[in-house]
Amino acid sequence: MSATDATAAPPPLRLSAAGWTLVGLLVATLLLVAASLSGVVAKGDVLDKVMVDPFRQMVEAPDLLVQTVWEGLVSGVLYALIALGFVLIFKASGVFNFAQGIMVVFAALTLVGFYEMGVPAYLALILAVGVMFLLAVAVERLVLRPLVNQPDIILFMATFGITYFLIGFGELIFGGNPKQMIAEQLYLPKGAIEFKILGGFVSLQRIDIAAAMIAALMIAALAFFFQKTRIGRALRAVADSHKAALSVGISLNQIWVIVWFTAGIVALVTGIMWGARSDVSFALSTIALKALPVLILGGFTSVPGAIIGGLIIGIGEKLGEFYWGPLVGGGIESWLAYFIALLFLLFRPQGLFGEKIIERI
Amino acid sequence: MRAPAGNQGLVAGDVLLAVDGVSLSFGGVKAITDVSFDIRKGEIRAIIGPNGAGKTSMLNVINGFYHPQQGRITFKGETRQRMRPYVAASQGIARTFQNVALFKGMTTLDNIMAGRTLKMRGAFFWQLFRHGPAMTEEIAHRKVVEEIIDFLEIQAIRKIPVGKLPYGLQKRVELGRALAMEPELLLLDEPMAGMNLEEKEDMSRFIIDVNNQYGTTIALIEHDMGVVMDLSDRVVVLEYGRKIADGTPTEVKTDQKVIDAYLGVPH
Amino acid sequence: MFYREAGQYKTTYAADMAIFPILQDRIGLGFILFTAFVLIPLFGGDFMLSSVMIPMLVFSLAAIGLNILTGYTGLISLGTGAFMGVGAYACYKLTTIFPGVNIIVWIVASGLVSAAIGVLFGLPSLRIKGFYLAVATLAAQFFLQWCFVRIPWLYNYNASGAIEVPQRTLFGTPITGANATVETRYWVLLTLVVVLTWFASNLVHGRIGRSWMAVRDMDIAAELMGIKLLQTKLLAFAVSSFYAGVAGACMMFLWYGGGEANDAFNINQSFTILFMVIIGGLGSLIGSFFGAAFISMLPTVLKFGLPAMGIPLSGATAEHLTFLTVGTLIIVFLIAEPHGLARLWQIGKQKLRLWPFPY
Repeated sequence: MSATDATAAPPPLRLSAAGWTLVGLLVATLLLVAASLSGVVAKGDVLDKVMVDPFRQMVEAPDLLVQTVWEGLVSGVLYALIALGFVLIFKASGVFNFAQGIMVVFAALTLVGFYEMGVPAYLALILAVGVMFLLAVAVERLVLRPLVNQPDIILFMATFGITYFLIGFGELIFGGNPKQMIAEQLYLPKGAIEFKILGGFVSLQRIDIAAAMIAALMIAALAFFFQKTRIGRALRAVADSHKAALSVGISLNQIWVIVWFTAGIVALVTGIMWGARSDVSFALSTIALKALPVLILGGFTSVPGAIIGGLIIGIGEKLGEFYWGPLVGGGIESWLAYFIALLFLLFRPQGLFGEKIIERI
Repeated sequence: MRAPAGNQGLVAGDVLLAVDGVSLSFGGVKAITDVSFDIRKGEIRAIIGPNGAGKTSMLNVINGFYHPQQGRITFKGETRQRMRPYVAASQGIARTFQNVALFKGMTTLDNIMAGRTLKMRGAFFWQLFRHGPAMTEEIAHRKVVEEIIDFLEIQAIRKIPVGKLPYGLQKRVELGRALAMEPELLLLDEPMAGMNLEEKEDMSRFIIDVNNQYGTTIALIEHDMGVVMDLSDRVVVLEYGRKIADGTPTEVKTDQKVIDAYLGVPH
Repeated sequence: MFYREAGQYKTTYAADMAIFPILQDRIGLGFILFTAFVLIPLFGGDFMLSSVMIPMLVFSLAAIGLNILTGYTGLISLGTGAFMGVGAYACYKLTTIFPGVNIIVWIVASGLVSAAIGVLFGLPSLRIKGFYLAVATLAAQFFLQWCFVRIPWLYNYNASGAIEVPQRTLFGTPITGANATVETRYWVLLTLVVVLTWFASNLVHGRIGRSWMAVRDMDIAAELMGIKLLQTKLLAFAVSSFYAGVAGACMMFLWYGGGEANDAFNINQSFTILFMVIIGGLGSLIGSFFGAAFISMLPTVLKFGLPAMGIPLSGATAEHLTFLTVGTLIIVFLIAEPHGLARLWQIGKQKLRLWPFPY
């Protein structure tokens, strides 16, 4: 597999529309069978429960709908942030960085770990940034540099190695118990704001609002960095072609450190926001895998794609879980994101914002 | 191998393949505009033109990898809007590629054996045991493949993964893989690109031998004018996706449009 | 000096196409089989069988399955664990519905069920490639895992929510359940593994294997040669899932003796098997065994080896250390030999041809 494989658009649609309808029907049947087996859906009113009832609920209780959408939006922002770190690395080095989710947890764990050792919160934050920088340097020196010019799948596997290393290392040093994020010490807001709209109450967590705002700020900063600075230009050059970038005197090694460090900072911010909503433990890493469907939805190389993809997945899975989940016994959040992404892929194989690439031979 | 078909060498037979008014575009970019020409049974047909003239796209249209927006393709008397890769392959169109497209992890032998896939029918069940019909079939095809290996003089590299072979040999293996399909029409995309003189001579000899011994019709893209003039029976010239000339090498060589295309027009 | 093929002329294509063309290799294979079937059960002891050999064999089977998909056909899958689960649950359902039929029949049949599900989830592979496909296989992983938990019918409404392996016999001897001795379970498993490895080896050396590798190495060229991409890929998904399914059934019935899906067939299991394939060597059957042996023994070695060397270790620390070591080893391996243990094995064999003389 080569770099072009991952980004290139798949071949033109060769399975007919009928073929895809068949696939869709198969999946739908699978779901219905699952539903009826789980014994939640009584026979007979399946169609009503699937096609009509959820929408009726949405109309009857719009406040619940707003609340659900808001919650989807917030988790979507977090998915988008993880996907963002991922896109940065993929663009600059062509590495499918599986470890991005773990880096989020690791960064948060480092921050909390330092604080627990008695370091003041803001110093701990600075130290955590330092650790992410060391990590970037270490990854570049010990993993990327020796593996330069290897096929993509080898580099992909190497990030698995990083993932496992970070899990083991983090737990060994900071212990495996879930930890509380030091949100208050970092002056992050807490509590909720309640709105009275549409005949009901909608409650927004202040931390969520802050998260959305900080995410927006960070994306703006990154966009500025990419478009307007010398290093940003170099990054874009590397993203287009390693060889060409080398030939005009851009140091790949330096760029890789910068990119992994940037991704590390994105991870740290994500980790703080996420940690403030739940707690900090490696259990989060499974949830972090949700960033992957976001990526296939948005395209591996598109920052706007990551953001919009994150929001679609976040809102989609919350709506799905809230309105359709109970029909099959709940818990569909664990896989719905992947199915939403797959559904989009059937129509746009290159992702929402990926460019259609003509295959040549 | 297949017995030599009737017509050989310079004798131009019936039309084997005809493209009629084919246009192909990618988004707004027009790769081919309203091109028509035919390939007769048993001839060597060259497609030439400057870089970006749409030659490779034309081959891609012929074996179904690209689907033209307009035009028709007639192969062996059957007219289609577009070819499909599987149909093209099973009806006898084989192909080599501009940038060698071998199966790099497989040996020379396996690469050429892979060219026999369409001719193999062995049931999954017997494949599991690698005995009975599956093995008989495997051995029969191995014999054919060995003939091709002898023909191309690549016995020594039989069991070497092709990724490790030098470029010239890779081109030869690729020709072998295409020959293994026993094609009626063989499309060669710059078979001599990047070769030195000696290798070019070898490759030319193989192309002529294939044409003579097996009666295979050949369409080739080539930049080396000397080779084109020597090998081909008829030449079609493309420029910017349009056909600008079509005829025997001598006719084409003296065509003013072709001279302009290659040497430029004084402004 | 002792390991060389000089003088062994091949006079027929059949002899040249044999999978072990060299006499010494055939002798070696015979010796390995003899050791596995006779010597290890005779002298190995229960611990050796239950904690080393059985896990290794089960994982080898799963690794062969994934290797067919990833190593031979070039399609990355992160859903192997789930397909193992399909095999385990299918076997459980089949043997509880039809207790009269021999369990070995059901183990193989459960592989077929898994193959069918594998084909279903392989359908997107036509349209999406590379890493996109890897992510798509996660859909299979999480969806199937969800089914294992949420559909009580699958575990026969057991209060524990887990598979409870019943006793089944072969010629009157119990081979599953609490009364089956570890030796019988080992022999049954070993026989299955040997036969299925033989099948896999036959497949990858013939027409089907060549089509898989052609699709892996250059799918466009393969398609233009008349190899049907969708069929070839789906066949790889089917065969791969078959092996995973049988491995899963074996895991539950011949190794664990029962258990819950979220532990045995979760995403980490999928990753573990992927590591085995990578470290063992992509596109190599023997590599699957090396990788499975290496990764499945590592935790055991760390857990019992380090305390034996005088380094005290708590259970949790050992687990963290396993993660750390596996992670480091993966990176070290990829840097040192990206083609895995199988390549080292080949290099070793090459060296052996000359040994003990340097030329």
